[in-house]
Amino acid sequence: MSEQLDLSQAIAKRFQEPLEFLGGVAILAKDTFNEIRTRPFYGSLLIDQIYLVGVKSLPLIFITALSTGMVMSLQYGLGLEKFGGKPYVPRLVASTILREMGPVFTSLMLAARVGAGMASEIGSMVVTQQIDAIRALGTSPIKKIVIPRVLACLIVLPLLVSIANLVGNLGGLVVGSAELSLDAQFYYRRVLETSNLKDYLAGFGKTFFFAIFIAMPSCYFGLNVKNGTKEVGIATTKAVVTASLLILVGDFFLSKLFWVIEQWL
Amino acid sequence: MALIDVINFRKSFGPKVIHEDVSFYVRKGECLGLVGGSGAGKSVILRSLIGLEKPDSGQILIDGVDITPFNEKELIPIRKKVAYAFQGGALFDSMTVYENLAYPLRAHTELAEPAIADKIHHQLAEFGLEKAINLYPGELSGGMQKRIGLARAVIMQPEIILYDEPTAGLDPYNTKKIQELILRLKAKGVTAILVTHDIPTAMAVCDKFAFLKDKVIAEQGTIDQLKNRDNSLIQKFIEGNIL
Ligand SMILES: Nc1ncnc2c1ncn2[C@@H]1O[C@H](COP(=O)(O)OP(=O)(O)OP(=O)(O)O)[C@@H](O)[C@H]1O
Ligand SMILES: [Mg+2]
Repeated sequence: MSEQLDLSQAIAKRFQEPLEFLGGVAILAKDTFNEIRTRPFYGSLLIDQIYLVGVKSLPLIFITALSTGMVMSLQYGLGLEKFGGKPYVPRLVASTILREMGPVFTSLMLAARVGAGMASEIGSMVVTQQIDAIRALGTSPIKKIVIPRVLACLIVLPLLVSIANLVGNLGGLVVGSAELSLDAQFYYRRVLETSNLKDYLAGFGKTFFFAIFIAMPSCYFGLNVKNGTKEVGIATTKAVVTASLLILVGDFFLSKLFWVIEQWL
Repeated sequence: MALIDVINFRKSFGPKVIHEDVSFYVRKGECLGLVGGSGAGKSVILRSLIGLEKPDSGQILIDGVDITPFNEKELIPIRKKVAYAFQGGALFDSMTVYENLAYPLRAHTELAEPAIADKIHHQLAEFGLEKAINLYPGELSGGMQKRIGLARAVIMQPEIILYDEPTAGLDPYNTKKIQELILRLKAKGVTAILVTHDIPTAMAVCDKFAFLKDKVIAEQGTIDQLKNRDNSLIQKFIEGNIL
């Protein structure tokens, strides 16, 4: 009897945290959605966040995209050489980048950099009672903290992914011409000829979901820090892990969804 | 009628009961001294008065209106009326002192920037902190942060001010300054609750006291009432004989 109780308690405990997270994020999302439609709107806070999330992430995204493109070009090239498939490298690299690697890698890097930053900053604000002060002064932490961060991610991530797409293909081209002895002109033309808007949109469409997957858990875990600085570290880890998992798992379902939509069109 | 009326307030965190049954009231223009041991739950009461904490049961009437069922949006007018001077200052550390003081003004008034600057200079002069205007909270001492926090709380000229240990950690000079400030605001008719362990300040500014002990208000009364009472718990607490 008591063993059974232990077991059911253990199961309940196992599921408690994910369920709490889902419930908490749902409430946060609802509040965010409600408050985004009411005044005031803090434009300058949004611009600050766009700068922090976007401009400051550019070097990281640049390097990530460049090396991803280069390594893919190399691997596809070496792999296909035996079958005389080298001319297909531009097409393969381009579509993989546009559909998967660009959006997913960029989002993962942003989750690591920005998600961690947001969760720890907000968590520290909770610990030092700054979030309470926002409320006590008759203002809303949702408006002051959550909305600027969510919107900044929604605006910035698609742009960063577009840049990553370009840079990634550039990396592919560089390796294609330097290592695979493909003509640069040929590579360039092949990319333009073979990739289409569908490839681009299939990847681009995901970024809006990924932006939410990064911003929401980060704000949620930051705001739910309770006791002291130790929890700030835990919240940071949880934010990054959750955002990354949502991106990776979500990517499969979103790919499937966009594929269905493509068939339909 | 009382401006602040707390009725059968009960509050717990998880299994830990902090307040069993707390009732007290403060009339308009009065200053109530709320005393009690460290951890007795004084800050929790002040936080509840502006809706930062929700009681498990009981009522909190501000100007006759029960605020306990209010959501964050409905609490905004209450929070404009009732200022809470945080125990630690709770300054925004990404903003300068100026920006911190401008925050409530920008949020709740239509004042133009020159008028805001004017108010801030005036307020800082009153606290003797003009030099700190462009510094960040991290560059200030704890006592200075506390005073800036107090300045931010009073800059909107609230009807009610909740002081959470405003003089703790301050030198005698600044303690006296804060005392004078509280008295000045009181003379203007501001209603206040003062949580403090600083008995001379409390004696100087409070009209009456409430003593929080063992999860209830163990004793309350005006200074005269308490003085004439044999076996006054507050008396014993002040003399350091009970917690
Ligand atoms: N958010 C919270 N979660 C859990 N427990 C809490 C929370 N806030 C306060 N407490 C507990 O409530 C009790 C009262 O805390 P409070 O800060 O009100 O004490 P206090 O009387 O202001 O003490 P001090 O004089 O030291 O400031 C403490 O035991 C504290 O641990
Ligand atoms: Mg306290």
